[in-house]
Amino acid sequence: MNFPWLLIILLIPLIAAVLLFIPKKYVIFKDQQIALYSSLITLLFVIVVALQFDTSSNATTQFDISFDWIPVFGISFHLGLTGISLVLIALTAVLTPIVILATKHEVQKKNKEFLMWILLTEASALAVFLARDLFLFYVVFEAMLIPIFFLVGRFGGPRKNAAALKFILFGLAGGLVMLAALIWLYFAAATQLGRGTFSISALSNELNLDVWTERWLFLGFFFAFALKAPMVPGHTWLPDTAEQATPGTSTMLIGILDKVGTYGMLAILLPIFPNASKEFAPVIIGFAVFGVIYGALIAIAQKDMKRTFAYISISHFGFIVMGIFSFTSIGMIGSTIYMVAHGLSTAGLFLTAGYLISQKDNSLISSFGGLTKAAPVMTGLFLISGLASIALPGMAGFVAEFMVLTGTFQVYKIPAIIATLAIILAAVYMLWLYQRVFTGIESKDSKNIIDLSKKQILVLSPIVVLTVLFGFYPAPIVKIAEATIASTMSSIGATDPQPIIKTEVNK
Amino acid sequence: MIAAVIALPALSAALLLSLGNRTNKFGPWMAIIASTSSFLIGFLQFLQMLARPAEERTAITTVYEWLAVPAAGFKVDFALQLDQLSISFVLLITFVGTLIHIYSLGYMSHDENQRRFFAYLNLFVAAMLLLVLADNYLLLYVGWEGVGLASYLLIGFWQHKPSAAVAAKKAFVANRVGDFGLSLAIMTMFIVFGSVSFSDVNEGVAGAPAWVSLTIGLLLLLAACGKSAQFPLQSWLLDAMEGPTPVSALIHAATMVTAGVYLIVRSASIFNASEIAQTAVVVIGAISLLMGAIIGAAKDDIKKSLAGSTMSQIGYMVLAAGLGPIGYVFAILHLITHGFFKAVMFLGAGSVMHATNDNVDMRRYGGLSKVMIFTTITFFIGYLAIIGIPPFAGFYSKDHIIEAALSHSWWAGAAVLFGAGLTAFYMTRMVVMTFVSKPRWEDDVHPHESPLSMTLPMIVLSIGAASMGIILTNNHMFEHWLEPVTGFVEPEPPLPIQTITIITLSVVAIGVLAGIWQYRKIAKVAPKKVSFVVTAARKDLYGDVMNEALLMRPGQSLTKVLNIFDKSVIDGFVNGLGLFTGGISSRLRKSETGYVRSYAMSIVFGTAILVIVLLIVRL
Repeated sequence: MNFPWLLIILLIPLIAAVLLFIPKKYVIFKDQQIALYSSLITLLFVIVVALQFDTSSNATTQFDISFDWIPVFGISFHLGLTGISLVLIALTAVLTPIVILATKHEVQKKNKEFLMWILLTEASALAVFLARDLFLFYVVFEAMLIPIFFLVGRFGGPRKNAAALKFILFGLAGGLVMLAALIWLYFAAATQLGRGTFSISALSNELNLDVWTERWLFLGFFFAFALKAPMVPGHTWLPDTAEQATPGTSTMLIGILDKVGTYGMLAILLPIFPNASKEFAPVIIGFAVFGVIYGALIAIAQKDMKRTFAYISISHFGFIVMGIFSFTSIGMIGSTIYMVAHGLSTAGLFLTAGYLISQKDNSLISSFGGLTKAAPVMTGLFLISGLASIALPGMAGFVAEFMVLTGTFQVYKIPAIIATLAIILAAVYMLWLYQRVFTGIESKDSKNIIDLSKKQILVLSPIVVLTVLFGFYPAPIVKIAEATIASTMSSIGATDPQPIIKTEVNK
Repeated sequence: MIAAVIALPALSAALLLSLGNRTNKFGPWMAIIASTSSFLIGFLQFLQMLARPAEERTAITTVYEWLAVPAAGFKVDFALQLDQLSISFVLLITFVGTLIHIYSLGYMSHDENQRRFFAYLNLFVAAMLLLVLADNYLLLYVGWEGVGLASYLLIGFWQHKPSAAVAAKKAFVANRVGDFGLSLAIMTMFIVFGSVSFSDVNEGVAGAPAWVSLTIGLLLLLAACGKSAQFPLQSWLLDAMEGPTPVSALIHAATMVTAGVYLIVRSASIFNASEIAQTAVVVIGAISLLMGAIIGAAKDDIKKSLAGSTMSQIGYMVLAAGLGPIGYVFAILHLITHGFFKAVMFLGAGSVMHATNDNVDMRRYGGLSKVMIFTTITFFIGYLAIIGIPPFAGFYSKDHIIEAALSHSWWAGAAVLFGAGLTAFYMTRMVVMTFVSKPRWEDDVHPHESPLSMTLPMIVLSIGAASMGIILTNNHMFEHWLEPVTGFVEPEPPLPIQTITIITLSVVAIGVLAGIWQYRKIAKVAPKKVSFVVTAARKDLYGDVMNEALLMRPGQSLTKVLNIFDKSVIDGFVNGLGLFTGGISSRLRKSETGYVRSYAMSIVFGTAILVIVLLIVRL
């Protein structure tokens, strides 16, 4: 067996979470240090793995590690790395230490518990992106609700309990439907293949479901994923949760965990249910485009910063889903970059605003104004994050959004044109928010705001650096995701449309 | 080497912004050095290009592969194209840009955020250079929106002023409407030609069906309207005066608004292939040039009047670009001469404001020629250039556009001729109200000439405004120079050229005389009883009113209604479901203490079902 890289990556945050509870006389590190160092070690391991990742390999997964778990049902503890998984665990590993550092001020009491849940969130996110066994995937998919539930319910705002409950009910609703689909899938596979298996690769490559079974199963899984990466109309839990959660929690939730929905579509739905995916694609594109515009319009009308960010994300998830279901290489790779770009810009927005919100315990847009005077650095960083979020060229979001739109445009002209309108709405929701909070006459609440310290600037700077880096040089993400997208394309039997007119260059 | 032209100001901007107050002392100078070096490198490149024969002057430098998805045949390089067209822009941008940097040294010397201002100026120059040097449409887009960002930052530079913040946002949003067009144009190019580079698109257009050039042409026109403040996306330009005056000079003369003209000329092959798209360009140019001139004639705010003038002059360029090969060269020629004379007038306006406690109301100026000799002379040269008096620069470029427009159609010719008269009128009005008439100063105003750092750039620019036309058109130099890139066909106007010149100069003379006659007496307060034309023009010809009535208010209502819909209908439905399931789960957890256990229970419950079902079937 190879060196168990993936298992170690998964275990580090879990062990650290336990270490937090060892009495302090036995450990020399403070809680904050344990959490931070462990997340940095995770990041280091992810980087080492990424450097070894073979982008030219034809294998579906690399670094595989597999134990029998419940052999009688063909369930195994199987971790493996696809290109998309690598991109997303890298995002997770980058954002977690930033969140740990940036939320130091957020939670004064019960800090130990907060850190534990953050680490468990990281672990569950890593696990869900690495799982190559559908049963394992399901278990983690459900389990990852727990840390967020506690992060919202124990550390959130005044209506945190209601928000946590809503979050968990939505999660459960999706999870239970997926469970039913999972059981059905297991039996369908067992009947056809002669053996029960939950292996994602086996289910993708060998299974040939009859039309109606595939349709129903597709819908079951899609339901769960569409609630997770919330698509309109299943989105209403997100603004409520984001409004009550601390900015750090929201970063983990929206920046990372919600990607499980779009990841599931790309890595599970399409390969296992290729025919149904193709059948439903036009409808899903319709829903996605609707969500893009709907989310952007409602973001304009929000009065609370955190709710605004949530609706912006709903709009952005529409883009990601649209790229995936365009079934074009450009669209799908665009969606992959979009997941990274969105993770980074969401972190930038929530964490920068978090420094502001925590000072006043207030995230109402109207209570601020003219902040640029008291907090010029915060203003600058927020503007950069905001511009990253609205896909300013030169930032990662632009590359992603342009590719998603182009990929969609190759196949669905009108929906792509409608979705492109969102670039105008994006300017309105972001710059109007910026205008009301940071420019104009200084409001009473804005006067004694303390600007970011040097340390805080340093903590947030990786987000800016990576956003600009991928804006000008997205090649690393493209290279890593390419092979996986190619195999997804071939498993659904999709080919890229050819240009209408051939020029010398592409002959 | 050419990459350094962009890299230097970009790097300087990045340093000034990221190092913050530490760079306060040397920041402005670093910015000036960066901009100057760009100009010098650009000038060297220009000399090297001159040494090569005309057909070998295009050089493409691939810096690196920016974006590539080989599977889909998608490949966009970070590559720069240096040819006669782009180097003309490089020289204009860096030369005028550097002078504006120097001017700002004096103008912004009292501003506490001077360093940030210079960082944004550098960013502006870098973005504009990327825009004109990109060898493909997607990279052009980066510069395109970079310019939009820089203008957003500079218009809103005085962020504490709510009006400045609103104006900045308005500019960005209007630009994004244009970007909508640019995005779709680039996407169309890709699905049709499989490439977005200028050379591939040019090559492909020849064999493409008519709808391709029409669609892309109209989309590019929309983009140009946004960036160049042409009808119907013009309304941001007048508000953009909220920025410090050097910004206005930069936006109006060397950068930003000229980008739309560049885009159209750069896409010559597309427009040449579609007569409808070309006609649309001419119509938009004609409407804008007249609207801008009418607005410029009614404003008492010197900067807004100049802004109207910019819209009008860009209208001339757009119209010329829409004429096809008979017009491209003159569009760019006018763009360059305008770059000089408009810059000198904006800087002159800034100098006047500097002298009058930042007053912009021309009704409170008057007689300033006695106290501001350099400002007056340089502004007057700009004035002679813009109204087209020979041998000043504007005469040559505008006269050619009038000839080309007349050979296109009578209505295009009529529009540019009438526009020439209007230009003469509103510019005469401005000069009379500001420099010539009796002083109408506020009591506490003691006008004085500006410092050398401000007058020197004005002097240099005024030399350009006086001489650029005669230099560039000597022996048809500029036509020969740009011809390999844009193509050139001699216009064949229906009248002899001398006749046209005489007609034009007569129209201009009428405009000048009308301006002098109308403003022989000037009230300190604008008269209220005026014709409906003046009322409309004072309100920017109802551009804002239309935007508000058609877009903003319905948009606001829509977002509000949707928000309520989202909260009550969608969420209400979901909450109803929640209550229903909540009812079930509350029964489940009656003996429990909280949600957590019921949740844990459901997971256990769910997994148990799974295992049981599996077991039953297995056994």
